Amino acid sequence: MPFKKLVASALVAAAMASSGLVQAESVRIGLVVKALGIGFFEAANEGAQEAAKELGDVEVIYTGPTSTTAEGQIEVINSLIAQKVDAIAVSANDTDALVPILKKAQQRGIKVVSWDSGVAPDGRQVHLNPSSNALIGEMNVKLAAEAVLASGAAQGDIAILSATPTSTNQNIWIDEMKKVLPQYPNLTLVTTVYGDDLADKSYRETVGLLKSYPNLKAIVAPTSVGIVAAAQAVHDQGRAGEVFVTGLGLPSELAGHVDSGVVKSFAIWNPIDLGYAATMISYNLVKGSATDSSVGMGRIGTASLEADGSTAMAEPFIYNASNVHAFADIF
Amino acid sequence: MKTMLQNREILLAVLILVMILLVGVITPDFLLPSNLLAVYNDTSILIILALGQMLVILTRCIDLSVAANLALTGMVVAMLNSAYPALPVPLLMGVGALLGLLLGVVNGALVWKLGIPAIVVTLGTMSIYRGLVFLLSDGAWVNAHEMSASFVSIPRSTVLGLPVLAWVSVLVIVIMVHFTRQRRLGREIYAAGNNPTAAFYTGIQVGRLQFVAFSISGLLAGLCGYLWVSRYAVAYVDVAAGFELQVIAACVIGGVSIMGGIGTVQGCVLGALFLGVINNALPVLGVSPFWQMAISGAVIVIAVIANSRAERKVGRIILKKAALHAG
Repeated sequence: MPFKKLVASALVAAAMASSGLVQAESVRIGLVVKALGIGFFEAANEGAQEAAKELGDVEVIYTGPTSTTAEGQIEVINSLIAQKVDAIAVSANDTDALVPILKKAQQRGIKVVSWDSGVAPDGRQVHLNPSSNALIGEMNVKLAAEAVLASGAAQGDIAILSATPTSTNQNIWIDEMKKVLPQYPNLTLVTTVYGDDLADKSYRETVGLLKSYPNLKAIVAPTSVGIVAAAQAVHDQGRAGEVFVTGLGLPSELAGHVDSGVVKSFAIWNPIDLGYAATMISYNLVKGSATDSSVGMGRIGTASLEADGSTAMAEPFIYNASNVHAFADIF
Repeated sequence: MKTMLQNREILLAVLILVMILLVGVITPDFLLPSNLLAVYNDTSILIILALGQMLVILTRCIDLSVAANLALTGMVVAMLNSAYPALPVPLLMGVGALLGLLLGVVNGALVWKLGIPAIVVTLGTMSIYRGLVFLLSDGAWVNAHEMSASFVSIPRSTVLGLPVLAWVSVLVIVIMVHFTRQRRLGREIYAAGNNPTAAFYTGIQVGRLQFVAFSISGLLAGLCGYLWVSRYAVAYVDVAAGFELQVIAACVIGGVSIMGGIGTVQGCVLGALFLGVINNALPVLGVSPFWQMAISGAVIVIAVIANSRAERKVGRIILKKAALHAG
């Protein structure tokens, strides 16, 4: 294994040295992922390459360990430092373990961005979150409105199926949803139920919702176990087409339910956009075109940075019958 | 003793009926035959697992690994189906049951041959089986669109008014009634649990019967692996997490004595149905999730108290003496 890694890093070094000769002026960005061979990160690389092509003078070095360990990432980052890359954009396997090595990188003038899975503020300049709680809440309500329209009604009841009553993320998102709801007078939130992220309980709660609220048009489940179980329950109850399930989930998990028509659309981050934005931010940091409060993300827009350097890319990306199968193969 | 137990079961049945009627007062739709059938169907998996668990508890053991067994066999069956969609579903069910049996045999062998307490063995194998699901799947899910149409549809297709899933549980109940009442092996399980010492002197190998009980429990859990995964059309590592506790609760509520030797198939089925009715009624009633947990917990405690009182009355003094002499 160490020999393999040695060869790998030697190859990376050789590749970088040769490209350095050809394009001395290009900005070289190391895109470090949690592990190689994961569909989600391959897609992020696709986005990074898109950004590189758009910018023209950028070379993206896609790399990462073979398993999701902080040690593996440290090795990879070490070799990137040795190759004198201009920026490192990393999705970290550990918030704190990478801080010392990334500090060292920064001391050598390398710009460091963490994305997807963050590094403690000491270790990076910018952290790119895929989205923010407010944007996620807003997106969920927007999807519910879409679902009510799809059912053919001008207005209707919606219900939320959450994870456990104490799930922090879900509770924050539900609060954000409630803030946005007044802007949609045609939606009536009737109740929030909890499936505890268990398939059987989520299924039963959904059946209960269908029985208790005959005018229900949409069930919003901002949890991946919940949305799948709810979709199956609506299908089994023969209510597909009358009641739509939406929320947050992965394309691979929901492709079948989009096909069956129970799920019209749902949302989650787009890994391609994430890789694209991380590359754009790295580039702008290297070029000095970022300020303390904002940094450009190319076609996605401008990210406003918070005091600790963290930022949110965009609202979650909408998936539907037109694109779900293409993404189902990715993640 | 017999009338005692029968009374208890009638009491439980009456309690379930009262509960159903009370829910019906608030939401009349709950009383529709179609809904009651749906409740039974939803409880089928719990019934099957509880019957397997009952045999284990009868022998004074406990099987904590049933839910993990279900998750592992469910994942194997789902992965097989996704890789080879042409494999017929009955064959996959057979594979699931066989694999479940194998996992149960591991539990049984450890308890029988090494004499390790069952709670320790199954606590360990529970984690091992759950870990194996992760190793096997690498944390990835098997999703609805990766399963073949027949894989998902068979348990929910209706035969003579009942879904196949419900028929499977009916079949298991019938076999178990026969096994525990008519078969020598079934009767020996009661003897081994009721008084192991006396059983030993009559030529019954207690360890072997514990092995048999674990094997049957594993077999049924393996069968449920397929049923669960196809019912919810998804397989992942945390499938049925914590479900073993509901299974044990169903047994306890149904009057199966945690001390072994006492328990009937009908009691066990009623215990499972009791939980099934609660599980299905609470969402319709809109009870707060925190109260839901408290209510389920209270029911179990009350059942245990009722059990211990019942056992005290049935005069186990003679048995205790025998146990003292042997001990």
